[in-house]
Amino acid sequence: MAIMSHTKPPRALLSGNEAIARGAWEAGVTVATGYPGTPSTEILESARAFANDIYCEWSPNEKVALEVAAGACLAGARTIVTMKHVGLNVAADPLMTLAYIGTVGGLAICVADDPGMHSSQNEQDTRHYARFGKVPILEPSDSQEAKDFVALAMQISETHSTPVLLRSTTRVSHSSGAVALGERRPTAPLQGFQKNPQRFVPIPLYGRPMRVRLEERLAALAAAANTSPANRIEWGDRSLGIIAEGIAYQYVRELAPDASVLKIGWVWPFPDELIREFAAGVRRLLIVEELDPILEEHVRSLGIACEGRSLVPGIGELSSDRLAAALGKSAPASFKIDADLPARPPVLCPACPHRGIFSALGKFDVVVTGDIGCYSLGVFPPLKRIDTILCMGGGISMAHGMQKADEKSGDTSRTLPKVVGIVGDSTFFHSGITGLLDIAYNKGAATIIVVDNRITAMTGHQDHPGTGRTLMGEDTISASVEDFGRACGIKNIATVDPYDLKESIETIGKALGSDEPWLIVARSPCPLHARKSVGPARRVDQELCKKCKACLRLGCPAIEWANDEIRVNELLCGGCTLCEQVCKEGAIAIAAAGACHE
Amino acid sequence: MSKTTSIVMVGVGGQGILLATQIAARAALIMGFDVKTNEVHGMAQRGGSVVAQIRFGEKVFSPLVPEGTADVLVSLERIEALRFAGFLSPDGIAVVSSQAIIPVTVSSGQAKYPSDAEDRLRKTFRRLAYIDAVGVAERLCDTRVANVILLGAMSASLDLPAECWQEAIAQCVKPKFKEMNISAFEEGKRLAVSV
Repeated sequence: MAIMSHTKPPRALLSGNEAIARGAWEAGVTVATGYPGTPSTEILESARAFANDIYCEWSPNEKVALEVAAGACLAGARTIVTMKHVGLNVAADPLMTLAYIGTVGGLAICVADDPGMHSSQNEQDTRHYARFGKVPILEPSDSQEAKDFVALAMQISETHSTPVLLRSTTRVSHSSGAVALGERRPTAPLQGFQKNPQRFVPIPLYGRPMRVRLEERLAALAAAANTSPANRIEWGDRSLGIIAEGIAYQYVRELAPDASVLKIGWVWPFPDELIREFAAGVRRLLIVEELDPILEEHVRSLGIACEGRSLVPGIGELSSDRLAAALGKSAPASFKIDADLPARPPVLCPACPHRGIFSALGKFDVVVTGDIGCYSLGVFPPLKRIDTILCMGGGISMAHGMQKADEKSGDTSRTLPKVVGIVGDSTFFHSGITGLLDIAYNKGAATIIVVDNRITAMTGHQDHPGTGRTLMGEDTISASVEDFGRACGIKNIATVDPYDLKESIETIGKALGSDEPWLIVARSPCPLHARKSVGPARRVDQELCKKCKACLRLGCPAIEWANDEIRVNELLCGGCTLCEQVCKEGAIAIAAAGACHE
Repeated sequence: MSKTTSIVMVGVGGQGILLATQIAARAALIMGFDVKTNEVHGMAQRGGSVVAQIRFGEKVFSPLVPEGTADVLVSLERIEALRFAGFLSPDGIAVVSSQAIIPVTVSSGQAKYPSDAEDRLRKTFRRLAYIDAVGVAERLCDTRVANVILLGAMSASLDLPAECWQEAIAQCVKPKFKEMNISAFEEGKRLAVSV
């Protein structure tokens, strides 16, 4: 995604994510790991541009990514690891103990939060993990800081032997700005891991002293936060003082260019002395932070009166518009917006192979436990084939739990609908395998469908252990979903072509009629990634069309209903033939090529 | 301090809004301005309504355009301009492609696509450039350049020299597509001047 000009400019236009990757390169990072997740994905994708200097890998999940990063940093390498906010939940186990062990080479854990839930299932605030895990957290407010804070994180990490969280948010990660570029810091030859069990092995005997050293480290970090360049007071009009962090600082500056501001870039441990100095210098104090009132509660705990959540919304992301009222500004006049416009939610792409499976599932009365990926879009009408979603891998384990609960429902007079779990290929390798193992081990009977489009699609097409390619661009093994199924002990395994409706329906029917667990692998590559159509575009023969709307129930954006006519938008159609298969009138067939086709 | 110029680009995921945003941001950067942009990635991108924002000036703080302040609203789809009209300043200009992309909510019978979209656009916006960008793109034999045609149309109301735009296009597209995109840009500019 990085668009860097071939001639080297003094400044480059970089997104926050590209800037973090650039910052890692400049800071002498040699290992970068992660798992894709919006809005963090482009950090590692952009780091790949520096593959001559940085080893980059997509790990199967965030826990593995952090463990790999921990190993690299204990061997002395400067390392970054990237993930979205919910990914840190998966990586929380290594985080909590790595804080005890500490680091050797610098380690920045780059976590991107998604206030406003643009592309996430929750809007948890990663800053809690700093205090919970007892590690410092930095938060840049734009691309320049995103780059600079990586070097700062490395310096803090190596000075204090601690992992450092680098928290970004959607509007920092996906905003671009002018960034002054620097050179790469020279890297010394790696020392390699230096054995020292009392430092690196947290068995209780050694872990208890680590616990004491951890608190000593936190005291040193708190002192350093007061003098860090990441935190600064910008004195202005002293009638109002605003403490702001992250992107909120930019909104504050936009709206109140004359106010006094304490800009916080090193969020935890809190810079208490700076906070006290600032509070003493202003008449009224306002805290502006996105999501949870973490700073505000701390400022109050210092015995300082302030305003915050009473004026600044804590649900959803902030913007200068949302902050305007808190700062007593009126909104400018704007055009009226039509209330009756049709909604345009995200949809499965034309020719998406998942549509075939959702369409086939429409033939059965089942409960579908879904998972995280493009296929979560199957929840929308007209498909409506996802009934619940929890987390990565949850679609498999939840299906098992529901099926077990149904077994014990105690009511034999009625039959509950069967349960189907749906999970994507990348999600299966991330954390679906253990759920499948559970089903086989504990004698479950759920049907699991892996919608295998051979790529991590939702986040923009990243490789994973099943694609046969690494992030470094090398050919590698291609892990097989079916082989994992067999290894787990699943006996009924079928592979179907999701574009073949008849085959999909028959296979699902067979699985649902069985008392044993089934693993169905619906495999066809994502056409958006393959950058080619599945087949030639289709067209509706208006003479034959009886307007039964069976094709419209596929929810394909290429099939349009307008002016009392159903037609296929040939510019969008990917030729998957699903509409042709559901049309009982034979009204849909290959369209003639247009004049401009090559 | 000089005024910050704000541009909002809207459309449907997949129409090439990110490329258009990159080109416009680079043109401003080449001119020597401070620039910030914001884009939508991930789930929101898949065939849904998409908004991208570009701001440039002597010093830009927020990457987000406050409501009612955009100098230009560019819409790659006709009703998306109505959906995001709130961004535009009352003095601003709306550059709108006449292309209609029917949402699945309409095709599946949950909602209606307005049949009077053009009338509504003319009633809503004081200054409107309503352009058949897809028609022009088809004449150029590449429907993918509709985004750059609108960018050209938009450029007519911005104070950035032609050289900045050409250099920006050269930076953002592969060399073999450069000429096609520059002709598309020029064609768009010509259209905007004539409306």
